[in-house]
Amino acid sequence: MSKIKVVHYINQFFAGIGGEEKADTPAELHKGEVIGPGMAFQKGFGEEAEIIATIVCGDSYFNENIDKAKAEILEWVKDLAPDLFVAGPAFNAGRYGVACGTIATAVQEELGIKSMTGMYVENPGADMYKNKVYILETRDSAAGMRQAVKSMTAFALKYGKGEKIGASVEDGYMNQGIRVNFFEKERGSARAVKMLIAKLNDKPFTTEYPMPVFDKVDPMPAVKDMAHAKIAIVTSGGIVAKGNPDHIESSSASKFGEYDIEGLCDLDESTHETAHGGFDPVYANYDSDRVIPVDVLCDLEKEGVIGKLHTKFYSTVGNGTAVASSKKYGAEIAKLLKADGVDAVILTST
Amino acid sequence: MVKEIERAGFPVAHICTVTPISMTVGANRIIPAIAIPHPLGNPALDKDEEKALRRKIVMNALNALQTDIDGQKVFEG
Repeated sequence: MSKIKVVHYINQFFAGIGGEEKADTPAELHKGEVIGPGMAFQKGFGEEAEIIATIVCGDSYFNENIDKAKAEILEWVKDLAPDLFVAGPAFNAGRYGVACGTIATAVQEELGIKSMTGMYVENPGADMYKNKVYILETRDSAAGMRQAVKSMTAFALKYGKGEKIGASVEDGYMNQGIRVNFFEKERGSARAVKMLIAKLNDKPFTTEYPMPVFDKVDPMPAVKDMAHAKIAIVTSGGIVAKGNPDHIESSSASKFGEYDIEGLCDLDESTHETAHGGFDPVYANYDSDRVIPVDVLCDLEKEGVIGKLHTKFYSTVGNGTAVASSKKYGAEIAKLLKADGVDAVILTST
Repeated sequence: MVKEIERAGFPVAHICTVTPISMTVGANRIIPAIAIPHPLGNPALDKDEEKALRRKIVMNALNALQTDIDGQKVFEG
């Protein structure tokens, strides 16, 4: 059997081009090159598969120019005509995960080429694409590269060879919500009793019918009288008072901060900066109004368009931060806003 | 954060660049922004033009906050 031809997609960081300052790197095609994590994949593939090209694209470039980047990459992949397209792994890098999911799905749906990626379960790309393309579950950081390469390599070979893919729990990809009929060895009543006994004994058991989690929040009613409303700013863009007095972490933030902006009508490099480590901070450090529009809201308050801009803003770093932490910060911030009589919130994200 | 704040009773306008992420997370009033490192700015413009651009986005957010909706909506500027 001939080798499985693989095209690999990675971002600017894993290609060794650079970090956030290079996140606007446009898509590049490297024919015949194996780069970054591709080397570990190639080693795992042995003689069974071969990476014939690597496509590199900056995370910001991809996400800000989705249609253009997608079209360019699809054109290249079409010409290369691989047997399999592998993107990532993206771990918990949000933009990278979305890029991997988007391009892997597009390759599969538009070119009919088998496609897969890997990322952490809380990566926003996972929820967006897990029903459309195989997403192997990885750890939340590149410290999990070895395991990720191992599971993705095994899956890639199986998938590439056209072997039957088992259930998500068997082959390590994220549940796609697809049910397949098959005969169990034991009948349902016996399985149910075993499960119940395990449960009563506080032993682990796996339900055969997991309940879907729907967590939708209904939209709150609109503001009726904006000219008398108090508006507060909240951000996940990491804007903090100069010097980051609360020491909010640049990723996986363990807290949020409250900052006084009473009487302040313009943020600049002497007053505020960003603690966020997930984007190039140059623009936000120079003028934090680019992330939280204090200057404009201050003007609008003077003009009477809004009643009042709340004198405090709340901020955390939304970079690899756990969903559970974000929920907690959101709930705590809401309590503080309530106590201060705020009517509506503008929340900005980078 | 958007959801927990809205759950507590506040209408929230979420200004962000990658609106599909906001949709997935479950924000209701979604306002498209300029770019990831500068959602409400554009360093290529001069200061006045940049502020005018920012004002446009904020006005869109205020408009969204004054609009009753049934479910998630992206407010294209």
